[in-house]
Amino acid sequence: MAKIDKSFVKVRNLKKYFQTGTQIPFLKKPPAVKAVENVSFDVFKGETLGVVGESGCGKSTVARLLIQLIKPDAGEIIIDGLAVEKRGGISTRDLRHRMQMVFQDSYATLNPRMPIEESIAFGPISNGKKPSEAMLESKHFMDQVGLDPNIYLHRYPHELSGGQRQRVNIARALAMGPEVIILDEAVSALDKSVEAQVLNLLTDLKSDLKLTYIFISHDLNVVKYISDKVMVMYLGEVVEYGTVEDVYNSPKHPYTEALLASQPSMDPSRKLKTVPITGDPPNPINPPSGCKFHTRCPKVTDLCRTVNPKLQSTDNVDHLTACHLASNVTEVDVLNAQKGLNS
Amino acid sequence: MSANINKPRTYWQSVRSRLRRDPVTLTCAGIIIGIVLLSIFAPLIAPANPYDANMMKRLAPIGSPGYPLGADELGRDMLSRLIYGGRISLIMGLVPVFIALIIGASCGLVAGYVGGRTNMLIMRTMDIFYAFPSIMLAIAISGAIGAGIENGLLSLTLVFIPPITRVSETITVQIKSLDFIDAARASGASNSRIILSHIIVNALGPIFIYCTSLVSVSIIIASGLSFLGLGVSPPEADWGLMLSTLRQSIYVNPWVCALPGVMIFTTSLCFNLMSDGLRSAMDMKM
Repeated sequence: MAKIDKSFVKVRNLKKYFQTGTQIPFLKKPPAVKAVENVSFDVFKGETLGVVGESGCGKSTVARLLIQLIKPDAGEIIIDGLAVEKRGGISTRDLRHRMQMVFQDSYATLNPRMPIEESIAFGPISNGKKPSEAMLESKHFMDQVGLDPNIYLHRYPHELSGGQRQRVNIARALAMGPEVIILDEAVSALDKSVEAQVLNLLTDLKSDLKLTYIFISHDLNVVKYISDKVMVMYLGEVVEYGTVEDVYNSPKHPYTEALLASQPSMDPSRKLKTVPITGDPPNPINPPSGCKFHTRCPKVTDLCRTVNPKLQSTDNVDHLTACHLASNVTEVDVLNAQKGLNS
Repeated sequence: MSANINKPRTYWQSVRSRLRRDPVTLTCAGIIIGIVLLSIFAPLIAPANPYDANMMKRLAPIGSPGYPLGADELGRDMLSRLIYGGRISLIMGLVPVFIALIIGASCGLVAGYVGGRTNMLIMRTMDIFYAFPSIMLAIAISGAIGAGIENGLLSLTLVFIPPITRVSETITVQIKSLDFIDAARASGASNSRIILSHIIVNALGPIFIYCTSLVSVSIIIASGLSFLGLGVSPPEADWGLMLSTLRQSIYVNPWVCALPGVMIFTTSLCFNLMSDGLRSAMDMKM
């Protein structure tokens, strides 16, 4: 069976609105938070996709949607050619053998009353593996993440350091035998030296076990280090998608430019080229019209205020952006479009 | 730290070591164990028959020969009656709370975990019971179904179900929102397995501690019921009932009349302090 489509995880038009409050009969429907809107992307096998964006831009919601902790309102998730929760596709239960997730808060994600051995074995046991067998295997997974089973097997989460706990969380994800691991800010809460160790561990595991990562972070340096592709999100939408080199060296979207420009540098001679964006992102309950970034964009035009740009390829086919100014549209087109809108 | 690195302490070992450094809790636990033992072995320990009346010795003061703690208004040995009285008071304290724990905790777990309409139905039903003060509710139920130990137990159980449900619902909702429940769901565990191995383990400690603090309330309400003639009926020895019948003699021999009250006070105080100590010893966030 020849596969033309190389993408391993394929997401199309994912949408999730969160209802604020409950609907009372005969009253106006309470407003919805538009957490994720029209998100589409591809992850190839063995690649790492970095997802960046400000707090509240929907990064974590995308992660939770992918692993079906929350159900999407619309859109489809296809893993290895099988649509999740669709006829002829893959059930949520089976999905969890192929996709796992590591959360940000290493302490809160471990049951404080459960020795870590049991925490690691919990997934396999609840999927029908014999407890004795799963417990034995958890030793192997601890070895794999660099924790000495002889010392830590019967420990409780509060007896471990943050880095060790995050290793336990990774081991727990590995115990399910996944092909894709979603890392939702998995290293953000660790201090820098531990973060580096865990990142190296992740890189090693990736090549040893042929894993695919979806790496969510707000730290641009970390994303650059670990990712092959980057996806930039703003207010629930994808604004730019491309390889790390393309996005970091020639960002096409003003938001990406601003994000990269706002990054502090170790080099004192390197001054900020552009003014970093100021202010908070707009309220996702009532997002701005047109391009959602137009309220903070330094290059805003009239077209941006009315028409929401589509995600499309730029001069490079694999480098996508949702910006009227950066796509193949020339300035003349923009001017014409503006004239058309004004008349 | 490095000295015991190869000997990890289990959770209960660390709880025990923390309890060992808490003299108040240990003392209270000791007193409670003492009272329980006295009640269990009452026939062996009590120096006299608690129902033997002696008109000549009515309201004998503390320290009278043959009556180490005096005698009550019918000349019965106070010491023996106090020892026997513990039996009913402890049953009235422990049994309703235990039954209410089983029913209330299950209701609360279901309401908290399932949420939505189920939660609304269970919790609003409990709220109806909350409209009455607990002692009034106990009196009303006992008054409606009649006096007696069994009816007293029943009314006390009904009184304690709503607060235990509410506490366990709150704790369940709290635990359910924690990330490790999400992590468990992400590893494909079923709801019943999540409740069994993640929620109950973490919720039972706090619920249990709340229940130990209810034991003292239960003893007091039970005494109140007996005092009002709705619980145990004479000549049964029960601390609340003894307090009720002796109160007319308070001006004759106040020390003897105060003794059942002292027992109720000591027992409930010990249960309260012990639940306090257990709570801090079982707290995971150190």
